[in-house]
Amino acid sequence: MAMTDIAQAGHGHHGKPQGLARWLFATNHKDIGSLYLWFSFCMFLSGGVLALCIRAELFRPGLQFFQPELFNQFTTLHGLIMVFGAIMPAFTGMANWMLPLMIGAPDMAFARMNNWSFWLLPPAAALLMLSFIVPGGAAAAGWTLYAPLSTQMGMGMDMTIFAIHIMGLSSIMGSINIIVTILNLRAPGMSLMKMPMFAWASLITAFLIIAVMPVLAGVVTMVLTDRHFGTHFFNAAGGGDPILYQHIFWFFGHPEVYIMALPAFGIVSQVIPAFARKPLFGYASMVYATSSIGVLSFMVWAHHMFVTGMPAAAQLFFMYATMLIAVPTGVKVFNWIATMWEGSMSFETPMLFAVGFILLFTIGGLSGVTLSVAAVDVQLHGSYYVVAHFHYVLVAGALFSLFAAIYYWFPKMTGRLYSERLGKLHFWWSLLWFNVTFFPMHFLGLAGMPRRIPDYALQFTEFNQIASVGAFMFGLGQLIFLFNMLRSLRHGAPAPQLPWDGANTLEWRIPTPAPYHSFVEAPQLEVKENGVVVRLSGGRHEE
Amino acid sequence: MTVMSRSQTHYFVPDPSRWPVVGAVALFCLGLGAAFAVNGMPAGRWGLLAGALILLYMLLGWFGDVIRESLRGNYQGKEDLSFRWGMGWFIFSEVMFFAAFFGALFWVRVVSLPTLGSADYKLLYPDFDAAWPLATGPGITDVYSAMEALGLPAINTLVLLTSGATVTLAHWGMLSGDRFQLKWGLLATVCLGVLFLTLQVHEYRHAISELNLTLASGAYGMTFYLLTGFHGLHVLLGTIILAVVWLRVMRGHFDERHHFAFEAASWYWHFVDVVWLLLFVFVYWL
Repeated sequence: MAMTDIAQAGHGHHGKPQGLARWLFATNHKDIGSLYLWFSFCMFLSGGVLALCIRAELFRPGLQFFQPELFNQFTTLHGLIMVFGAIMPAFTGMANWMLPLMIGAPDMAFARMNNWSFWLLPPAAALLMLSFIVPGGAAAAGWTLYAPLSTQMGMGMDMTIFAIHIMGLSSIMGSINIIVTILNLRAPGMSLMKMPMFAWASLITAFLIIAVMPVLAGVVTMVLTDRHFGTHFFNAAGGGDPILYQHIFWFFGHPEVYIMALPAFGIVSQVIPAFARKPLFGYASMVYATSSIGVLSFMVWAHHMFVTGMPAAAQLFFMYATMLIAVPTGVKVFNWIATMWEGSMSFETPMLFAVGFILLFTIGGLSGVTLSVAAVDVQLHGSYYVVAHFHYVLVAGALFSLFAAIYYWFPKMTGRLYSERLGKLHFWWSLLWFNVTFFPMHFLGLAGMPRRIPDYALQFTEFNQIASVGAFMFGLGQLIFLFNMLRSLRHGAPAPQLPWDGANTLEWRIPTPAPYHSFVEAPQLEVKENGVVVRLSGGRHEE
Repeated sequence: MTVMSRSQTHYFVPDPSRWPVVGAVALFCLGLGAAFAVNGMPAGRWGLLAGALILLYMLLGWFGDVIRESLRGNYQGKEDLSFRWGMGWFIFSEVMFFAAFFGALFWVRVVSLPTLGSADYKLLYPDFDAAWPLATGPGITDVYSAMEALGLPAINTLVLLTSGATVTLAHWGMLSGDRFQLKWGLLATVCLGVLFLTLQVHEYRHAISELNLTLASGAYGMTFYLLTGFHGLHVLLGTIILAVVWLRVMRGHFDERHHFAFEAASWYWHFVDVVWLLLFVFVYWL
């Protein structure tokens, strides 16, 4: 094997590898990107099934289907799978697929390590899934794995801890790849302050991941030693402190929120200008807003802990710092709106999802501002209001932006057009049922219904039933997406090189579908802000 | 071993490789094995053993490929710059990993211990004495003593600082083409690394058998062992990396301009050096 490696490697690129080996041994960013996207969709369905189990149980008060222990495992694994298995890998997959095309790079900077980043995810997911069948079941402490819940429980918690280690390794390596690709492999002419917003968002996201995933690894390691090796990190009897867990966890956890939001901002900043047929408004301010969100995200973690107890001065600091984040986020929202202002807009599916994103993400952002007020949060903490808030940010935010991205780049990736009719149906269906599911949760939370319980007081019944119906319909709607993708992959009409006449970044200037080895030689570029290509010369492709 | 000359409009993209998948299998075995092992299941050991062997196989194969590619001249200026960025960000991630444990140390010393020892908590924990490092409390059942800073730890500080100097000497040798200085500087660094680890084993033995200091010795024991232990693992890794680089030097690899593996190893070595200095100040001394 090694000898043939030597014999072949000198020649550089050659044809597409075939069969299973193409996926197992991949070093091509497009193949690895596709692996990421399919994996994350499988995880999205798995986490979705858990969500539906939760909603089924909550359809009526009292216990219907699941004992509280199992219910807690569902909420925990639903969160972990969606965060680490679905959303984060999906963004990494999009970055893998699109970054090299958008900035004129030959591939990702470390193509082999890129494959390891991906292939670490299935083992980690397997550890999480298998933990359901070990004695004691899966972790049931909530996705935050708060001590002292997590320092008790069965071996499912240990499997979760090791799964987190492996997923952390994966996302750190993936992020190093993204950063180095962007910093080192941009084509001549693609300067930092001209490159697409998606590249900027991925760059800052990758920085956040490298900064905080090791912290998460560290804190779950402390949980592990508390569980099995006699330490007292989170046990006051030995001089430790359960609150220490919360501080370290949320030092990771809050930047993690932006890890799942910034790439969405990047995607929307590509889609909106393309369908408004106008350049992105305030590109430089977008870059600075994204960067300042990145910096501020390290200074707000304790707003998750207002009811944990902390000095009033600290509460005030974290409250105002949190409100401050609304400023750069607001800059972005206004920039998107200003981009659409007087644009000649058309509403194909990607644009629908992008506009839906702006509307619903703003609602989620504003409920976040509400929660940032310490005095209000004392009332709302741990209630369904929080559940409503972060699902507006993560489902209507991160997930909708991912749908926008998939629809937007589907022709470029596959060389075929998806069914616009089904795409629009998917959007309106999702928009409607998403709101039916999650909007009532605001009311439930304000009325005092706590999250993470399988049973509730009678007066919450109607809103819970509405939410459960909405959730099942929303879940059903995702099958429209799956069907559309599978059918269009085989039977979709051939895509022209430029399916969107307003799209003007680099990936739309190369053949469709994108050649297997795009930019074997770097092109010479002249670009305007947000990666708009003015002139392109050179840049050889190979199949 | 012909060095291909080509302009840097190209970038080296390796061929399909089986090592990543092998590595994924290894980590799955390690993860599952570790989960079983910490719960006292005998299957866990076999999982750990299998995972470790597969990981070793993967590392040998993967780095073997990398070294062959380097010798073949696949890595030119652009690739070299990628490696530099990559190593820098990897070290940054390591810094953040240690930051979590230093954060825990500062938290227990500044917040949780004083709080637990304060008058407010006397009713709850009447026996809790918040002294550092010799706190006593309901969860700290054994009497233990603290590690003295000026014995072995001070010697170890000297050992690591000296090794930082020798690796720099080796670097100067590399840059000026003085292979003799390179070989001996590097060998001295590896030996000092081994000496450090030997002394640390000795220190741990002393701590466990004579000071009765264990992971369960309250806030001091846990931060002491986890911080110095993870640092020790990094020294071990750094020593192995330096030893591999030394073997490559002995085989005639690297020249004045083309020696990133050496530089990455020395960056890593300086990183563990700096971490040690912080450990010496905050764990041993203050």
